[in-house]
Amino acid sequence: MSSSMLFNITTLSYMVSMLIFFVFLGSKNKTVGLAGSLTAYFGLIVQTAAILLRWKESYDMGHGHAPLSNLYESVVFFSWTIILIYAIIEFKYRYRVIGAFVVPFALLGMAWAQLGLNSGIEPLVPALQSNWLLYHVITCFLGYAAFAVACGISIMYLIKERKEDNAATTPAGGIVAMFPSIKVLDDLNYRAIMIGFPLLTLGIVTGAAWANYAWGTYWSWDPKETWSLIVWFIYAAFLHARITRGWVGRRAAILSVVGFAATIFCYLGVNLFLSGLHSYGKSPM
Amino acid sequence: MTTNKRGFAQTLWDFFCSLKLSIVLLILLAATSIIGTIIPQSPPKEYLVTISEAKFKFYNAMGFFDMYHSWWFILLLYLLTVNLVACSIKRLPRVWKIVSEPTLVMDDGMEKTLSLTHEFKMPKDAASVREKLTAFLAKEFSAPVITEVDGAWHLFSQKTPWCRLGVYVVHLSIIIIFIGALIGSFFGYKAYVNIVEGTSTSTVHSARNEKPIDLGFSVRCDKFSVSFYDTGAPKEFKSLLTIIDNGQPVPGLTSRPTIVNDPLTYKGITFYQSSYGPASEGSNSYLTVRPRKGGEPVKLVVRQGEKTSLPGGGTLEVLESTQEVRNFIPEFSGPAAKVEVTPPNGRPYSFLVFKNYPNLDEQRGGDLIFTYEGSDEKYFTGLQVAHDPGVWVVWSGCILMVVGIMMAFFMSHKRIWVRVANGRIVMGGTASKNPAGFQLAFDALVEKLKQQL
Ligand code: HEM
Repeated sequence: MSSSMLFNITTLSYMVSMLIFFVFLGSKNKTVGLAGSLTAYFGLIVQTAAILLRWKESYDMGHGHAPLSNLYESVVFFSWTIILIYAIIEFKYRYRVIGAFVVPFALLGMAWAQLGLNSGIEPLVPALQSNWLLYHVITCFLGYAAFAVACGISIMYLIKERKEDNAATTPAGGIVAMFPSIKVLDDLNYRAIMIGFPLLTLGIVTGAAWANYAWGTYWSWDPKETWSLIVWFIYAAFLHARITRGWVGRRAAILSVVGFAATIFCYLGVNLFLSGLHSYGKSPM
Repeated sequence: MTTNKRGFAQTLWDFFCSLKLSIVLLILLAATSIIGTIIPQSPPKEYLVTISEAKFKFYNAMGFFDMYHSWWFILLLYLLTVNLVACSIKRLPRVWKIVSEPTLVMDDGMEKTLSLTHEFKMPKDAASVREKLTAFLAKEFSAPVITEVDGAWHLFSQKTPWCRLGVYVVHLSIIIIFIGALIGSFFGYKAYVNIVEGTSTSTVHSARNEKPIDLGFSVRCDKFSVSFYDTGAPKEFKSLLTIIDNGQPVPGLTSRPTIVNDPLTYKGITFYQSSYGPASEGSNSYLTVRPRKGGEPVKLVVRQGEKTSLPGGGTLEVLESTQEVRNFIPEFSGPAAKVEVTPPNGRPYSFLVFKNYPNLDEQRGGDLIFTYEGSDEKYFTGLQVAHDPGVWVVWSGCILMVVGIMMAFFMSHKRIWVRVANGRIVMGGTASKNPAGFQLAFDALVEKLKQQL
């Protein structure tokens, strides 16, 4: 069994899980919801095995390194962290329906990686040969994943709030009735960001420490660094919005969605649109 | 006049104490930071000629070419700092009071404000209730402080009160990081230097203004090398560096390998492997030439850029040479050269010769067969040089920030009061974070206590 086969099974699991979750939204049948979660967890376990296997395969090829070195590997890892954070939040707070808004992000990542990206295992270029790579990438991606979960929750918040505003005329029913109350969604959004913010902070700090170790400057306003700081500013604004009258709820949810859009730009957009500006040996991702 | 003045000062103070200002500043910083990721910073001339005159003037006036050091961006950072300090000055005393002077007594008014309360039946042996409660709280929660007011007994226990300071630790850490950055920019420098193999230098060039900076010791590059993976991708760039201080090589820093991700530090100055290239000044290439018809091979020493005459007439020139041809032609490895031969009365022609493939030139079919023995061409190693006395301040700030965030997010100041008065036992509790979690803990405590009374 090769890692790429396991990755295909993972992608399939996330697809099935997402479809089951959509049926769950329509049917409101608890057993269907459980099946959706379990399918996602099955995918998570298979994906864990696949990542470890790919790690081993790189050693078999003679240039062993953690599978976090190119776009394909990072997208796969991102999907993995999204389901992991979802699992943590589901276990702690027991709101299964969030899966319907979070699993699609993981599926999107896996599908893109499997269909559109070069999956070859390549040796590490000198700039990446450092343990800092591991610390830096793991903390950043766990942070990003928590923001993905928060974004899914915020979208639910905005949909539900909209429906409830109209509820004066038409009673809120249908799919939205399944959602937790907007108070709970607001709280879950905050909790997801409480997981993501410290991880992003650690990600930026380890990145700065690595840059200082490898290039002699902890901060050089390189586009990637700057975008990670932009993301950090947005979530810092979110944290303060939560304790300021007039900014709670709707505006905080919008900040959370904007924050995740900035996160995705930081992760992908910088490399796709701004990569021409990167200096020598300085493109960790 | 004075009231007016005070009015203004008060307004200014309120302005800087406002959390709305913080949110606006954070969003402004996020939004404006985008500019510098789109417009090249310190752009090369090739970029400048592609934009219109008007655009250039506007960008230049706004400082967009060095945006993160422009006056308005720095102003935003200073405003953030003032906002942070003002907010902390305003709120810290209140929080400090909660931490240092806890409310020891839960009166009726306070009881009503607590969302978690429970009343117990007074057990028969009321005399030992106080000891029981004290022992219970000490065992199950934390040791209580006991106060007697008008014959009523009050017990107060708390856990991790200091975690309320977490937010202020985070805010302090931001200021410490700013201070570290300022120290670095005033007392440190970034520089670069190119050192040819076998030579040494004691001056480097400032990255900001090219000015020479004296190191106070010298650095020698003994050797530079590049190695490659089978795929042709570079595997390692390595310089062997020796530090020479007072004319003596420094022990431990003699021919010390310096690679990307493993810099060399001496006296607070750090050298980073950053680039490399051929040292272009006149090197010699060594070739052997023999006629295809047979005859003695002749050794040639060819200076780069000069023509050398060949046995039997004609000239040869080495156009380019490299120590590692793989960079250009992945199928080959080792040293190679591009040579141009001009026959006595013919047109010049050029071809490649490889050191590692000595028989290859026979297949070219020329009258003369060349083999390449390499050159004494040297590399230079490009080093980045950094001296930053503020960096430890920055790291302390970063560690403090992470600790502060953990305190603020994942720890909770939990308080429990018990009042024994008028034949009633009332317990109340509150937590600064995660009320749902604390409710479970509170209910569990109540259940346990019920059984023990
Ligand atoms: C303009 C600058 C800032 C001001 C005036 C400010 C002010 C405040 C205030 C008043 C609080 C509430 C404290 C309380 O609950 O009693 C707070 C909370 C907090 N601040 Fe700031 N802050 C600023 C910038 C930042 C930045 C840049 C960060 C980045 C890490 C940050 C991180 C936090 C955190 C983590 C909390 C706790 C939020 C929570 O518990 O949900 N602050 N800030």
